[in-house]
Amino acid sequence: MLTLSQVVIRDRTNDTSCVARDGFCPDWIRDHIGDYMSPLLRHLELTVASVVAGFAIAFALALLAHRRRWLTGPITGVTGVMYTIPSLALFAILLPITGFGFVTGVVALTSYNLLVIFRNIMAGLDNVPEAAKDAASGMGMTDRQRLWRVELPLAIPEIVAGVRVATTTTVGLAALAFVAGAGGLGQKIIEAQNFKSNIVTASVLCILLAAVLDLLILFGERTALPWRRATSS
Amino acid sequence: MTSGLAIASVFSDFSDGLDFLFHQRESVAGGVQVGGSENLPLLWKHLEVVGLSMLFAILIAVPLGLFLGHTRRGSFLASSISNVGRSVPAIALVLFFSSYLGLELKNLVFAMTLLAIPPIFTNTYVGVRQVDEDVVDAASGMGLSGVQVVRKVELPLALPLVFGGIRTSVVNVIATATLGPFAGVLTLGDPIINASVYGEAGRIGTAILVAGLAVVAEILFALLQRAVTPAALRPPRRGLRDRLASPRLARVADSPT
Repeated sequence: MLTLSQVVIRDRTNDTSCVARDGFCPDWIRDHIGDYMSPLLRHLELTVASVVAGFAIAFALALLAHRRRWLTGPITGVTGVMYTIPSLALFAILLPITGFGFVTGVVALTSYNLLVIFRNIMAGLDNVPEAAKDAASGMGMTDRQRLWRVELPLAIPEIVAGVRVATTTTVGLAALAFVAGAGGLGQKIIEAQNFKSNIVTASVLCILLAAVLDLLILFGERTALPWRRATSS
Repeated sequence: MTSGLAIASVFSDFSDGLDFLFHQRESVAGGVQVGGSENLPLLWKHLEVVGLSMLFAILIAVPLGLFLGHTRRGSFLASSISNVGRSVPAIALVLFFSSYLGLELKNLVFAMTLLAIPPIFTNTYVGVRQVDEDVVDAASGMGLSGVQVVRKVELPLALPLVFGGIRTSVVNVIATATLGPFAGVLTLGDPIINASVYGEAGRIGTAILVAGLAVVAEILFALLQRAVTPAALRPPRRGLRDRLASPRLARVADSPT
């Protein structure tokens, strides 16, 4: 029924000439914006799933490297190589292993988040003032208590910065997830790859999605860390 | 299917992919030879596109970064360019320009140049801005003109970061060049995108080749970056354990593609 009503709308507004020329047609975009909502939602799912998974893995790796310093180099090296591999190639390489679909998209996108988030967690922990650590130990905290109650909370700004970079990057990369059969706005882009209205709508939605997620994380950080708000203002 | 069989089938997919890189075979529909030496034109076209876009990007981004960094203007521009640039999908940019300007090599190069500029620009800008102001004052005090300060003081000290930006962009551009077929340019992306012609082996084999190309470029440019770093700025040689734990050479903006 949806498609039928769209055909009627297109005829009535008589913008077929613009559409036929594959042009940039505001009327067409207004009438068809609804078609972009489910790819947008899929794009959001891909992004959130891979940032959450990437964060969980990077966090575990960082805790490991925090205890065994020599692991930092090898972890940075391996995640760095993953980071270098072009996404189109990685989606294709993963196809025989994880198959065509959402999982392949999430696995590939997750691998790109590891380096950024790992690096930022390590930097955050390294930047905790010695005085704060000494004070915590002096108060009788064990190493574990000191890590969870003092060092990690103080490292939150750097960690959040890493998550923000990972999120905006993932939104951009997820546009190629269609190669893995994972859908998203990229799928929409190639369905009509010469139609300017389509390309512009899908890419603007991508950029908006990145901006909104970025602002949400920023807002979340400010709400969670009221003391930061007090000092920065 | 047991897991043993699954692993065997993944293994045969990959070895078939590697075979595609070294030996010709008939395309899926038949009639056309693909793989082996037939990959060479795709590889050359890929490298041509990468070379041209990098050349234009460096010619634009380095002077602009030096100028704005030297005059200490445009810090907002530097940070917003790299933030917005990250979320613009490469495929959108490539298709956008080819739909407006036509399916031609020069339009692909144009789109890719735009993608290559932000990392080089941001790194050059930050590289110049982070030069110690006392050093710049001392150079001016010795009678160096503005241009001389840029050429003899700021550029050499910013060079490691400039090359860090170039390194990021080269890897990005190698990745983006795989989207060439969407702009009517047959690069190494063609077997990946058009698996219906080249077959699954073509897709996997070329994907491995492109991944290898990116990793090799990353390593080569890391060595180059180290080579252009003035000796005094180089991290001192230390024991293996320390070196493993030390962060890699500096880069400001980088993002995978």
